[in-house]
Amino acid sequence: MIINHPHLGPRDAQEFVYLGDASLMDRPDWQDENAADNFHDYLYLRDNPDGEHRELWYHEQGDRSWLVVTRNTLTHEITRVELARDVAIAMRRRK
Amino acid sequence: MGYSGWKVIWQGLTGNTGWKPAWREPDPKPSYDVIIVGAGGHGLAAAYYLAKEFGITNVAVIEKGWLGSGNIGRNTTIIRSNYLLPGNEPFYEFSMKLWEGLEQDFNYNAMVSQRGILNLCHSDPQRDAFNRRGNSMRLAGADAVLLDADGVREMCPFLDFDNARFPIKGGILQPRGGTVRHDAVAWGYARGADSQGVDIIQNCEVTGFVMESGVCMGVETNRGTIRAKKVGVAVAGSSGRVMAKAGMRLPIESHVLQAFVTEGLKPVLPGVITFGAGHFYVSQSDKGGLVFGGDIDGYNTYAQRGNLPVVEDVCEGGMAIMPMIGRTRLLRSWGGIMDMSMDGSPFIDKTHIDGLYFNGGWCYGGFKATPASGFCFAHLLAKDEPHPTATKYRLDRFRRGAMIDEKGVGAQPNLH
Repeated sequence: MIINHPHLGPRDAQEFVYLGDASLMDRPDWQDENAADNFHDYLYLRDNPDGEHRELWYHEQGDRSWLVVTRNTLTHEITRVELARDVAIAMRRRK
Repeated sequence: MGYSGWKVIWQGLTGNTGWKPAWREPDPKPSYDVIIVGAGGHGLAAAYYLAKEFGITNVAVIEKGWLGSGNIGRNTTIIRSNYLLPGNEPFYEFSMKLWEGLEQDFNYNAMVSQRGILNLCHSDPQRDAFNRRGNSMRLAGADAVLLDADGVREMCPFLDFDNARFPIKGGILQPRGGTVRHDAVAWGYARGADSQGVDIIQNCEVTGFVMESGVCMGVETNRGTIRAKKVGVAVAGSSGRVMAKAGMRLPIESHVLQAFVTEGLKPVLPGVITFGAGHFYVSQSDKGGLVFGGDIDGYNTYAQRGNLPVVEDVCEGGMAIMPMIGRTRLLRSWGGIMDMSMDGSPFIDKTHIDGLYFNGGWCYGGFKATPASGFCFAHLLAKDEPHPTATKYRLDRFRRGAMIDEKGVGAQPNLH
């Protein structure tokens, strides 16, 4: 798989480390009254879809940036690559 | 029709005209006592034991593709019971005991071959850890022998003992481990279940679950609605997408594991050998090919194929312990989809939906578990309580802090 890095261009997926579903960026509020349940779901449950999947990759052998990669889990086709930082900032603005 | 050596000889002399299909191809009935989704090893074994041990024969096994088209036909055929943790070891030892009597039990040649499994260790602390694991195995009634380097050298003189980075210091041997002809396991269970009245319905995809006032009453399929008092799902690899149809999210990610086979060679490997410093395991098939594998690719996927970096990594692991493997040519490689759970251990449990039962999360260790998984799932379906060896495989164990994490790496499925 080739990941088209927003800054560095096309890079072999071998240079990256995979973390998992991009929803891991969205930590639950620890002060919420249902925090224990929310953290259980956040830590242990996954959507695990077939088809389009937004996921976190870390460019360990490169510029050490975190990326949000949109990839199809049936074909391995990568349709979108964003800096996780940008996604996080946009997410905070929406809140 | 029972199989025997005499029958083979008689049929050979009479032109092999007397063989009948090993199972029927029935149309689905409108309703059953139990429906099992997934005619793979675990689903067929569950149906077999439901009929044989628990007397429930009004059972259907429904399968999207053909019988045994999933991981039962894609694995590296290894059986073993060399686990450490008390939640796991008694279960896998139960499985090993079922393997030992399996062929006589279902009257089918599954080529169970207890040629031994040898886990190599490469440092003193690793030997201490193996010592502990061996004791844990023996406490659960399994067999384990701790070997020093000379003991390993006697068995496998061809290994790279004086490797500069990972010298071989010894190993732990489970003589009762070995290999089994994987497809024959599916066929044997299918034939055994079918002969007791279980309907195996192939090319029948589950498109949804029949829910009535919060209770699962059957499944919707591309061949119509089939009702049942209980539905058991045993579709490891596809658990995420099947259980999503019941609105469930699971502590599972789907990952691809690749496996490899070389050209056929004369007998060179005495049994199964695993590398203790990287991830590599190899055995030799009865046809002569070296069958081996290593790590999963490490990203979510439902595609039954992997990528080249892992191919290279696995072959490097092989070269590190067994340089002679470099002289043989790789014939085939393939991938299978694994339910990678959050602690590396499986689930055999009721769901929060009445009438819906789940068996999955086998990571890449499901094949060896096939008989016990089927037995324990049948026990749960028949009696509504877990089999004594499978009481820890609960879906809510993360909430209770009762993980069964053999490797101790936490909730990161691609590290198990």
